[in-house]
Amino acid sequence: MEFFERLKEYCDILGPSGMEDLVRERIIEDIKDSGAEYEVDAVGNLVVFKKGRQRRDKKLLVAAHMDEVGFMVTYVGEDGYLWFDTVGGIDRRVVSGRRLKFCKNGIIGVVASKSIHIQKPSEFGICEPVSEMNIDIGCYDRESACKLAKVGDCATFCPNYEDFGDGLIKSKALDDRFGCALMVDMINSDLEYDTYFAFNTCEEIGCDGASEVCYRIRPDIAVILESTTAGDVCGAPEGRRACEVRKGAVISHMDGGTIYDKELVALALEVGKEQDIPCQLKNIVAGGNEASAFQKGAMGARVLAISAPTRYIHSACSVAAKEDLISVGKLARAIIERKI
Amino acid sequence: MLTLTKKFTSAFSVSGMEKPLAEIIKNELAPVADAIETDPMGNLLVLKKGKDSSRKVMIAAHMDEIGFVVTSIDGDGYIHVSNIGGIHAVASSYQKVKFANGVTGVIVLENGTKAADISVKKMVIDIGAKDKKAAEKRVKIGDVCAVVPMLQKLGGSRYAAKAFDDRIGCVVAAYAALHCDTPAYDTWFVFTVQEEVGCRGSRPAAFRIMPDYGIALDVTSAGECGGSAVTKLGEGAAIKIKDSSVLCSPMIIDRLTELAKEGDIPYQYEVLTAGGTDTSSMQMVGAGCAAGCISIPTRYIHSPVETIDMKDLDACAKLLTAFIEKGV
Repeated sequence: MEFFERLKEYCDILGPSGMEDLVRERIIEDIKDSGAEYEVDAVGNLVVFKKGRQRRDKKLLVAAHMDEVGFMVTYVGEDGYLWFDTVGGIDRRVVSGRRLKFCKNGIIGVVASKSIHIQKPSEFGICEPVSEMNIDIGCYDRESACKLAKVGDCATFCPNYEDFGDGLIKSKALDDRFGCALMVDMINSDLEYDTYFAFNTCEEIGCDGASEVCYRIRPDIAVILESTTAGDVCGAPEGRRACEVRKGAVISHMDGGTIYDKELVALALEVGKEQDIPCQLKNIVAGGNEASAFQKGAMGARVLAISAPTRYIHSACSVAAKEDLISVGKLARAIIERKI
Repeated sequence: MLTLTKKFTSAFSVSGMEKPLAEIIKNELAPVADAIETDPMGNLLVLKKGKDSSRKVMIAAHMDEIGFVVTSIDGDGYIHVSNIGGIHAVASSYQKVKFANGVTGVIVLENGTKAADISVKKMVIDIGAKDKKAAEKRVKIGDVCAVVPMLQKLGGSRYAAKAFDDRIGCVVAAYAALHCDTPAYDTWFVFTVQEEVGCRGSRPAAFRIMPDYGIALDVTSAGECGGSAVTKLGEGAAIKIKDSSVLCSPMIIDRLTELAKEGDIPYQYEVLTAGGTDTSSMQMVGAGCAAGCISIPTRYIHSPVETIDMKDLDACAKLLTAFIEKGV
């Protein structure tokens, strides 16, 4: 299957943190004939071991997370509106007025927002916190609403993968289904060295899945494939953009959770140069990913993160460039084909 | 002890770049070590075998110091940075800084910054480059720098320096390793990395060792002009009761107190309401261990003129040595 076709299908699956089952089932379906060994642990992480032509002295693991940000019902109101909270970090300004899809039964909800006609002057231009928003699932009272949704049920932004403009794509879940799709391609190809691949759960709520994988697999080196926020948006000064779309794979030297292994960062830059793969260094220190869990979990691992620059991350429409995703894939591949 | 202090404070060792200091400590302790290991994060683990090998002690002092990391370089050749660890913005302004590759610069504030608005966001480094291109030849994104080392003798037995936090912890641990008799239990002297960014290094190190008892060595706030006193400079080793990361194990607090009384070692207690230490990593590792901390009273922490009294260092070294030799 062609990479972007696969990516589209992965992005359109519903899989908020803690409910990654559909994503995992699909991935297993796609790798089960690859000859790789795989195992699902108690909390839903999928770890795949792919034998290469050669053994590797160090245990190398490539990781991406299956979960995406989403929403959880916290209360069903008497009037049939649902109260909810976010699963993972979502800016309230991108929630209001959105269409959501529920994981269990596929029903659609819309995040109710008071139209401008009935707002008081004091409400103009104000975005209320998520705790004061409701989801409208088209029911008229609690009883009818409870037939469709109950407390604890989860939803995500509606599936919406699309090609976009000149070589870009947009979707609710590029973070991190593109990492999953890249790993599936690698597992389905011949590898030079033995390599572990971890499809983790619950990254968006604190990298819980990665911690468990780390203690179980004990990698010496962990390479994280992720989406990272691209700041090439209106008004952002050049020095504060983190990274930019169309400028290649992003290599992090430091973020909110990790100071990356200096030698691996240097290696990634060198490989990029050697093989003419566009690369950029992340230029603000912010955010974080599963590297933090692998670096200091168990006896510790050397870590590297290769990310795709993604605009409007954690919204209904994250935007990335196809060429950047290809660069991330090439760079990751070139690195795991090395004997490190 | 002063020789070790001079050696350790002169090294470059910002979080994530502790290798040079690790090398110095390794060379220093090699003659007395039964084993030396380095883990993936760069923690240095030095073993001295004890009389009773059924139990393990972990001694932890962190090698890293706070610093700055380059995030971007602008058209005029100014270098924009982010903090590594808790930078004291006022104290760091208009200081001389040095990068790992030897490039020297001065850290300045954006023109017109008011005193109340001083923060790392307002800081840029001038390395004397005429434009972006010239700057990029010498420094790149991700490079790390710190205020240049300085060690100054003040009156009596007091000294001021940059990064006494936590080089003097390393000094106390190294001194004890060099001079103690055979330890009661197998004792791992661990020189940890990345404490200043959230006690990261000590976690995998503690997991590797799985100690029964843990003692951290770190600085704590000593009474300063116009501030309240957590501890008093010159009044001895500070036995930690708590900080914001840990409630020290009572058996360690009691044992250290007992040993201090027995050995006539000046001591005081420390109750710190802010700041964390590697103590917590040890206490919570695996099935848990009894952990405590010997703190070294220090004034002006995270400034380039951290101030200590060598008498306190002596007391800390004596107390640590007593614990290592006599056990619980």
